[in-house]
Amino acid sequence: MIELLVNSVSIPMVAFLIVSLIMFFAGVFGFLTRKNLIMILISVELILNSVDINFAVFNRYLFPEQMEGLFFALFGIAIAACETAVAIAIIINIYRRFGNVDVDNVNKLKG
Amino acid sequence: MEYTIYILLLPLFTFIFIGLLSNKLSHKTAGIIGTISLTIITILSYMTAFEYFTTQKINGVYQTIVPFNQLWLNLGANLHIDLGIMLDPISVMMLIVVSTVSLMVHIYSLGYMKGEVGFQRYYSFLSLFTFSMLGLVVATNIFQMYIFWELVGVSSYLLIGFYYTKPEAVAASKKAFIVTRFADLFFLIGILILSFFTQTFDFGILMSGDGSIFNSAIGTTFIGGSVLTWAMALIFVGGAGKSAMFPFHIWLPDAMEGPTPVSALIHAATMVVAGVFLVARLFPIYIGFTPEVLHGIAYVGAFTAMFSAIIAIVQTDIKRVLAFSTISQIGFMMVALGVSGYEGHEGLGYMSSMFHLFTHAMFKALLFLGAGSIIHAVHSNEMNQMGGLRKYMPITHLTFLIACLSISGIPPFSGFFSKDEILTATFNFSNGLGIWMTVVAFLTAFYMFRLYYNIFWGKEYKSENGHIPHESPISMTFPLIFLAAVTLVSGFIPFGKFVTADRAEYIIHLDWTVATISISVAIIAILLATALYRKPSNIPSKIVSKTKGLYKAAYHRFYIDEIYLFITKSVIFKGISQPFAWFDRHIIDGAMNGLAWITNWTSLKIRGFQSGQVQWYAYVFLLGTLLITILAIAI
Amino acid sequence: MTDILIFILLAIVIVAFSILAVTSKHVIRSAVYLLFVLLGTAGLYLMLNYHFLFAVQIAVYAGGIMVLFIMAIFLTHQPGENVRKKTNWKIVSSSLLSITGIALCGYIIVKNINRIATFARGEEIDMQNIGMAMMGTEKYQYLLPFEVISVLLLACIVGAIMIARKDKEEEKHDHIKTRIEELKDKSENNKENKI
Repeated sequence: MIELLVNSVSIPMVAFLIVSLIMFFAGVFGFLTRKNLIMILISVELILNSVDINFAVFNRYLFPEQMEGLFFALFGIAIAACETAVAIAIIINIYRRFGNVDVDNVNKLKG
Repeated sequence: MEYTIYILLLPLFTFIFIGLLSNKLSHKTAGIIGTISLTIITILSYMTAFEYFTTQKINGVYQTIVPFNQLWLNLGANLHIDLGIMLDPISVMMLIVVSTVSLMVHIYSLGYMKGEVGFQRYYSFLSLFTFSMLGLVVATNIFQMYIFWELVGVSSYLLIGFYYTKPEAVAASKKAFIVTRFADLFFLIGILILSFFTQTFDFGILMSGDGSIFNSAIGTTFIGGSVLTWAMALIFVGGAGKSAMFPFHIWLPDAMEGPTPVSALIHAATMVVAGVFLVARLFPIYIGFTPEVLHGIAYVGAFTAMFSAIIAIVQTDIKRVLAFSTISQIGFMMVALGVSGYEGHEGLGYMSSMFHLFTHAMFKALLFLGAGSIIHAVHSNEMNQMGGLRKYMPITHLTFLIACLSISGIPPFSGFFSKDEILTATFNFSNGLGIWMTVVAFLTAFYMFRLYYNIFWGKEYKSENGHIPHESPISMTFPLIFLAAVTLVSGFIPFGKFVTADRAEYIIHLDWTVATISISVAIIAILLATALYRKPSNIPSKIVSKTKGLYKAAYHRFYIDEIYLFITKSVIFKGISQPFAWFDRHIIDGAMNGLAWITNWTSLKIRGFQSGQVQWYAYVFLLGTLLITILAIAI
Repeated sequence: MTDILIFILLAIVIVAFSILAVTSKHVIRSAVYLLFVLLGTAGLYLMLNYHFLFAVQIAVYAGGIMVLFIMAIFLTHQPGENVRKKTNWKIVSSSLLSITGIALCGYIIVKNINRIATFARGEEIDMQNIGMAMMGTEKYQYLLPFEVISVLLLACIVGAIMIARKDKEEEKHDHIKTRIEELKDKSENNKENKI
């Protein structure tokens, strides 16, 4: 299976990009419409993930002899992990304070 | 005569002293300080008069002297405003009148105002008034006169509104202030026109007889008259406002809401004759350059005299009767000034006007103080609450009778001499005016004796609660007696020796034809009043019912107040002020409010963007990004 | 041919589960759908011959982050609790916006990518190379970012503990504070309404 995949890639780059694009805007849609903070976090994960795909795809297709895309994807994953950890800590704190995790509670940004 | 400055400074100091310490001083102290200060002022005034009339006569003509003059405002090369003291026959005479009556009122008030709340305030205001009035009469220039002119208006306002808890008093004080202030506006315009064309405020220059300074004012015409005519007419309007000439007379009867001694001082003897004094002060200009204005003054005075005499006949409030009588008598003075010439025998009117001013101040103050004494005793202003008081108040009765005889023009009381001179001057001018004024004199005698009989005779005084009227204390009767004595003797003062238009001596000789007419007219009027009012009878009420319309109109003062109200309320307020107010409120304020409203509205709408909802921010952010992308693609 | 089929399968899985993840009513389901998306992504990495990235994706995302998510969901949600939805017009406008975005970006991608090479040489990157690149300090080597990430991770761990920790004092007054906050918010809302 792996051999099969490795040796015969002839899928156009656009296909990957379209997939990541749809994933990205699914994330955006979720970010805009969901009220639950965890759902929003999930949407953010989707967005990050689609970006990671793009890094990898561009690296592989355009500059195959280099590894920048690979590493950026790696670091992106690491940062996503950090972000998730902190975000979930915050969400738990919000839950403790308001009894739910609705984003409407968190409106202190307003002037 | 440098000490004359203290005549001004002393009452000012007293005003400030009593005014500032009014809470610390007891009633008695405040009253005594005021009275002592006034006594000193009176002594100084008499000294000034004595010294002036004995030493300042050169070649038979009294000189104008300026013992004190201080530059105050420098407006230009020639035009400057000074503050100073100018002494000439009329200002010295006014010094005597003002200080004498003021002193009598101060003494009288010790008894009359005893125990009133604000006694100290009352005395400080009296001092303020005295200061302002003295400053007015000794003013060296027309602008200083205007300043003090306004000051007497203010102190009059303060004193009319002395009982400020009474709505009528407050309304009356406002009315007096607004009406006189309205007239003063014309006065000010007149002053400005006059000074603009002559480049001076100074009486000394204006009165110098040098016609050249008026050349530019006479040369310039404006709506059918020279500018000088207009200026002098406007200045007279100011004087008419202060002296309650028709149609500015409406404030004076209402001003009787003030304490009675105040009415005696301000609204009978001194302030209301300021208009007469003003015309007398500027008399050389009037007679020399604008005789047509002077004749106008005569007709206004004559009309006012008749008009208010008719109203005085039917009034029932004794102070109102006296108020209308005052207006009528000031009319006499105006007529006398109006018909006067300048030199020698021609100047009879001027002399008689000043003479009448002097005697009138004394006997009208006496009448008012007597009325105050009566009001003090029966606690009412209404005539029908009185009657038969002669038994209870002998001193008041006697002095009141003397004043009534004097104002009616019965010899040997002072009023006879001055009024007789006025009538003579009027007959010299024209027979018609002379007869007209004789009729007024008849009415005067009639309403004064109607008043007298209604108070002291007529039906017996009855009180609901067994209250017996009693004679007033010595502090009140002393001024009455003093003023009665003055009234008795002042007719024999050779007034022509002191005050004349050209300041040369003028020998008074009675014109016996006129004198006989006036005496007989007065006696007929008195007899008529005696027949009608001495005993209670129903003849007056019959006359009233026969002449119902006239009576009603006169009783309501010929509806002049209503006309004013109509003009101000319906014409000025509704027609002019309301549209302006509307414009101000809706267009000018509206524009401002609109700006604020738009800002408010916009921010209310925009603040939705700042909801604090991260998702909303993200939404807008995305929208913007997409828009920029579309733009980038399109371009 | 097979790889195309596999790619199509992966693409369908990713697209379908992404959309399901953001539209599902239950949080826990969303999390599971997200897991499928991540696994699909891992498959894509594999197709691109990034084996190390594939492993990291599985280990960190599917393993670590998903556990965090599920933990959080357990902590904050009652079983079977539905998620409140935004208002309709918001959903409609957001989806419109998203579709516009897809169309725009798709247009850009299709228009531009077609000009460039569309096929890749599938060569697996040596693990040794990756290790060298990560630990070196030369050009195209990433020791510094690596260390920065490690510090960041440490900071995140400390921060997460700090944020989520409960003070004993705080615990005592917790409900009172909640009540006060509620009242404050209410009064503020009232004020705003009045304004």
